[in-house]
Amino acid sequence: MKKTGAEIVFESLKLEGVDTVFGLPGGAVLTLYHAMGKYSEEIRHILVRHEQGAVHAADGYARSSGKVGVCIVTSGPGGTNTVTGLATAYMDSVPLVVFTGQVPTMLIGNDAFQEADITGITRPCTKHNYLVKDVNDLALIIKQAFHLARTGRPGPILVDLPKDVIAAATDFSYPSKLKMRSYNPTYHGHPGQIKRAAKLIAGAKKPLIYAGGGVILSNASKELTALAQKLSIPVTTTLMGLGCFPGTHPLFLGMLGMHGSFQANMAVTHCDVLIAIGARFDDRVTGKIESFSPHSKKIHIDIDPTSISKNVPVDIPIVGDARNILKTLLKYLEEEAGHDWGRKHADWNNQITGWKNNTTPQDASCGPCIKPQYVIEKINEITQGDAIITTEVGQNQMWTAQAFKFTRPRTLLTSGGLGTMGYGFPAAIGAQVAFPDKTVIDIAGDGSIQMNIQELATAVQYNLPVKVAILNNRCLGMVRQWQQLFYEQKYIQSVFDVVPDFVKLAEAYGALGLRATKPEEVEPVIRKALSTPKPVLMDFLIDQNECVYPMVPAGAALTEMLLV
Amino acid sequence: MRHVISILVENEPGVLSRVSALFSGRGFNIESLNVAETLDPTISRMTLITAGNEQIIEQIIKQLNKLVNVVKVMDLTGSDFVDREMILVRVRAEATSRAEVLRILEIFRGRVVDVSPKSYTLEITGDEKKIQAVVELLTPFGILEIVRTGKVAIIRAKKDSSHAGKVQEPKSES
Repeated sequence: MKKTGAEIVFESLKLEGVDTVFGLPGGAVLTLYHAMGKYSEEIRHILVRHEQGAVHAADGYARSSGKVGVCIVTSGPGGTNTVTGLATAYMDSVPLVVFTGQVPTMLIGNDAFQEADITGITRPCTKHNYLVKDVNDLALIIKQAFHLARTGRPGPILVDLPKDVIAAATDFSYPSKLKMRSYNPTYHGHPGQIKRAAKLIAGAKKPLIYAGGGVILSNASKELTALAQKLSIPVTTTLMGLGCFPGTHPLFLGMLGMHGSFQANMAVTHCDVLIAIGARFDDRVTGKIESFSPHSKKIHIDIDPTSISKNVPVDIPIVGDARNILKTLLKYLEEEAGHDWGRKHADWNNQITGWKNNTTPQDASCGPCIKPQYVIEKINEITQGDAIITTEVGQNQMWTAQAFKFTRPRTLLTSGGLGTMGYGFPAAIGAQVAFPDKTVIDIAGDGSIQMNIQELATAVQYNLPVKVAILNNRCLGMVRQWQQLFYEQKYIQSVFDVVPDFVKLAEAYGALGLRATKPEEVEPVIRKALSTPKPVLMDFLIDQNECVYPMVPAGAALTEMLLV
Repeated sequence: MRHVISILVENEPGVLSRVSALFSGRGFNIESLNVAETLDPTISRMTLITAGNEQIIEQIIKQLNKLVNVVKVMDLTGSDFVDREMILVRVRAEATSRAEVLRILEIFRGRVVDVSPKSYTLEITGDEKKIQAVVELLTPFGILEIVRTGKVAIIRAKKDSSHAGKVQEPKSES
């Protein structure tokens, strides 16, 4: 039976198991939206207020659920507004398929109204993208798009749909199988390499696991935890890795890197075998590269060969899926009989405990002002850690990473790679759509929240009970912190003279607004917010002078931490 | 060190820009780039000359492989290969120097493809050294314009009988 391009899009989405899309209509996609009417039973469309919100929401939906997030936006500005969201998803390996409208094929290149070369623009910030020129190619391209998005190292795919292509009709058949000669990700690590890694680990005196977001993407938390526990190997994670190993576990050292814990940075500097899993030796993790983990042999497990030996040369690279490789690695290590791992690594773990005890965690107790860490600890305590937490970017993000004990994967959604302010709130909306019954909280700053505040309307429209905790310091806190520490305390353009009344703002949108100005108001505000079945903005007025510590200055070695 | 990288890509619009954008976006450099269809019309071959230390070349190859449209990447440097470049060069050729220009051209087995009263346009093919030598020798006459194709390269066939003849050997050079 003949179907139009627009119908093919939705038929294909159904076959890919998509039941939710995020989007905003416009001229070039009206045909698509017109066809959507027929599919409204099967595919739910969440109407956002800005296309950036659509991509971040789809991203939050994808990160929290593990499914592919889908967006539909119009041509021109609709497409360009998705660029930040695509780049965010690309840096953090999030599976997305974004459909953009395009002017009719005969007008492409003519500077038509709302025309943008969106495949050209998004080439460096998508895993791949397509301009569909013929309705006969559409089904195959959508099939490829979903395949590319969710396999290998996941990432965003953009499919550009000219207006005439979605209006044209053709026979529809969705390919059941796909073969792409130029795309064959490696899933199973090389057995010889895994054996070598097992040998190296078995011989290590001071091994350390450095786990990243790849562990979460490959659903390898169970295997990682088994490896760490079985061999008593301490674990540190990147920001993206938080939640892949229980934050409450005695072997957990916290995050490493620029705002990592003292013990994690000391451990990575002194370990003799570093087992990097699904992490990419990012500059925020390594600090000064020459001083990074100088005494260790390095094993690097990653599905993306380009991540290996990109920044730090490694001794045993293993390309493949973290879960598969960890399973095999565990098997080989179990064959290494005669080890009492707990005893073998006791000295090392004691040394780490020493570092742990040597540091006083940043004081969360409040004086007259509310401490941000206190707010986060209270959220952690009251939710008992059972919440999906999103963050914005900056101090709010780092305080959350440090103070919240993430115990399960996919419970922290944060823009780690690109560092996108304005990510957290729409991402929380997406996560809430995926998990309507879960508590979803965006821990925000007053700067970041204003970057996508318009999505309050979306949250209210769909009655998504997302909570936003604004750590309000009336400034761009991390910028201000750098100026305080490294730019002669000259706070140029980082302090806001005007900050909106967030309580009134929430009310204007039909949400609930709450404010805490004193420490004793924090808990009641959180409890009230959590018991309110609608979107809530919580405005916590915190100390403007509060900084994130420890901090490794940019370009310094991990051991050169500023502790207070 | 300079590397000759041979890349097989899907013959689709936008592939060249994906490859060149990869180089510019990641700060790798391209010394020359040559693209043409292969016998299989769905595949094109790019021959790319780049420079960098071992780590950079490793990244370049990995990053190229990561592009969805790239079918195969081969670093020819280090293996036995033949490379050639063609130049078209317009040289000033006045009455006094015409004969000398032609003599040099003959030594380098080039051809005259266009003639004017005051110039010759020459076609010369060869490896890097030969091209460099001929350009040096022609320079004193006055090079008016030069157009280079950039290198193309091919791996030499194995010399056992089963593979013999797969690569057509170019004529030996002077």
